[in-house]
Amino acid sequence: MEKFTQLHTTAVPLPIEDVDTDQIIPARFLKATTREGFGDNLFRDWRYHPDGTPVRDFVLNNDHYKGELLVAGRNFGCGSSREHAAWAIQDFGFRVVISSFFADIFQANSLNNGLLPIRVSPAFLDRIFQAIEKDATAVFTIDLANQQVTIESSGESEYFEINSYKKMCLIEGYDDIDFLLSLRPQIAEYESSGAQL
Amino acid sequence: MTLFDKIWNAHIVAHAAGGQEVFYIDRHFIHEVTSPQAFDGLRQRGIPVFRPAQTIATADHNVPTKHQELPIQEPLSRFQVDTLSENCAAFGVELYGLGHQHQGIVHVIGPELGITQPGMTIVCGDSHTSTHGAFGCIAFGIGTSQVEQVLATQCILQTKPKQMRITVDGILPKGVLSKDIILYIIAKLTASGGTGYFVEYAGSAIRALSMEARMTICNMSIEMGARGGLIAPDATTFDYLQGRPYAPQGADWDAAVARWETLYSDADAQFDTEYTFDAADIEPMITFGTNPGMGIKINGHIPRLDEVDSPKNFQKSLDYMGFAAGDSLLGKSIQHVFIGSCTNSRIEDLRLVADFVKGRSIAPHVQAMIVPGSKQVEQQVIREGLDVIFRTAGFDFREPGCSACLGMNEDKIPQDAYCVSTSNRNFEGRQGPGARTILASPLIAAACAVAGKIVDVREMN
Ligand code: SF4
Repeated sequence: MEKFTQLHTTAVPLPIEDVDTDQIIPARFLKATTREGFGDNLFRDWRYHPDGTPVRDFVLNNDHYKGELLVAGRNFGCGSSREHAAWAIQDFGFRVVISSFFADIFQANSLNNGLLPIRVSPAFLDRIFQAIEKDATAVFTIDLANQQVTIESSGESEYFEINSYKKMCLIEGYDDIDFLLSLRPQIAEYESSGAQL
Repeated sequence: MTLFDKIWNAHIVAHAAGGQEVFYIDRHFIHEVTSPQAFDGLRQRGIPVFRPAQTIATADHNVPTKHQELPIQEPLSRFQVDTLSENCAAFGVELYGLGHQHQGIVHVIGPELGITQPGMTIVCGDSHTSTHGAFGCIAFGIGTSQVEQVLATQCILQTKPKQMRITVDGILPKGVLSKDIILYIIAKLTASGGTGYFVEYAGSAIRALSMEARMTICNMSIEMGARGGLIAPDATTFDYLQGRPYAPQGADWDAAVARWETLYSDADAQFDTEYTFDAADIEPMITFGTNPGMGIKINGHIPRLDEVDSPKNFQKSLDYMGFAAGDSLLGKSIQHVFIGSCTNSRIEDLRLVADFVKGRSIAPHVQAMIVPGSKQVEQQVIREGLDVIFRTAGFDFREPGCSACLGMNEDKIPQDAYCVSTSNRNFEGRQGPGARTILASPLIAAACAVAGKIVDVREMN
């Protein structure tokens, strides 16, 4: 997993609530057996007309908005457990998603891939959207070590929560599986202890 | 302690940093769509599946529902299903693949084979794993990275969720099914009202339900954002399980039941949040929007814009559906009906549909398909002659799979068409690009197929 410490970036705004994983990556694009290439179909049905031509006013087709930060409305990533949603967002080039509320499984999937989901207050989310609306090239700083998001144009910042273990994994580029594999003897011991119901 | 606490505590192998637990998984289901990258991960690390006997595989999401005896036509789908077979063979995992008598939707076959048992922890790379909670299990969906972790170590890292209890007491009115109960609850709590929680369903109305009806409720826990939902096991649970292929037998059965009988929330158990509903208030439900929380009583009205929290998002959703705020749905023409999915494709669902459509026919402009949840359900339908009733009424009775629930195979609903569906998600494009999904119970779906429009089944007899 790629290490994550700090990021200065412009942002892509998606002020829509309840964005579900079927919008992020529709099921008909889940036929691949590798993790790569899902970015091409990120938000496919919002991004392209049925005939394959781009939807002009969808934000990913608007050259004014670029950057490694996606800012979205509340309850982002609800719906299915498909990790393809996190892969698609990451493959497209995003490293951070900010929202005021994330669905559980999406959040876990993102963290397991080094994509950082940041939950901010609804008021701060509005401030971020306003900053982007005012200036599409507004820069944001995400400082994982200090758990801070800053709107550079105004200097406003907000602290965000992240599980301390998950934070360490992101900073070190470390996966859960490395840790779990090191516990296999203990897991075997648990199995023979008869603790299960 | 709550039922959830009892099962949770018994599955902690070790405590990890950040309040996480190393959480042991008893049963792991896999399917063709969310497992290939996990097996690749094992290959890259050069490690085997740690406990192959605890993982069971089936092909369901991406399989055709016609002519399953022939090779899959679509090359990418064929490749994905073949990859599952190769991975299972290479890593020693039991596979109930296409054509096998145990094949079917993963959340239908687990219970029907008796693999799902009270007190277990169950995961699968699919959010509707919550279905298995009906047996008194902690069951939830995981992503592919975690599928790999379970394959490699039989464990994942978890932080304990908050707990919610939803009690439904009283007697359900006639024509109201368990699907209506859960659509009613989600409409009350919204599509994110359960996020961060695990839910226990309790109360006399829940206790009175069959196992299949309970599964429908637990299945849709994720649609209010909850990781999972569970119901304390009881005599109904034990009767359902006894004699199933994977269920314990003889003295082991008696010992298992004695253990399972201890699985309930104690009288003084504490929940972070509690809701209580009166079964008598529940009526047949239907959705009008693009998330499962956007549901109303079938004879009700879509809320007005001044009654909702986010009018802009609400309007976007209505625009997609082609409905107007304040409208009634009754009488609106529909073109498709889908009866199937891990929510409502079991034999009781299909018996109910058969019972209703017997002697009736579907409206000429409607295309209606019935997709059984598993090979066993399909065989039972045929044994009971229900397939003849379905076909006589004009339904397309197909072979088992997820089908139009997610539109991954060719079973798609066309652009702009309305489909009354017994599945669990009405997201934009879920059943095909531009498709408009209206969620309902199997009974309402059958009635709409016959009427060719949205009807209240209670007015059709
Ligand atoms: S039937 Fe639908 S919801 Fe159920 S497992 Fe299949 S795709 Fe998922």
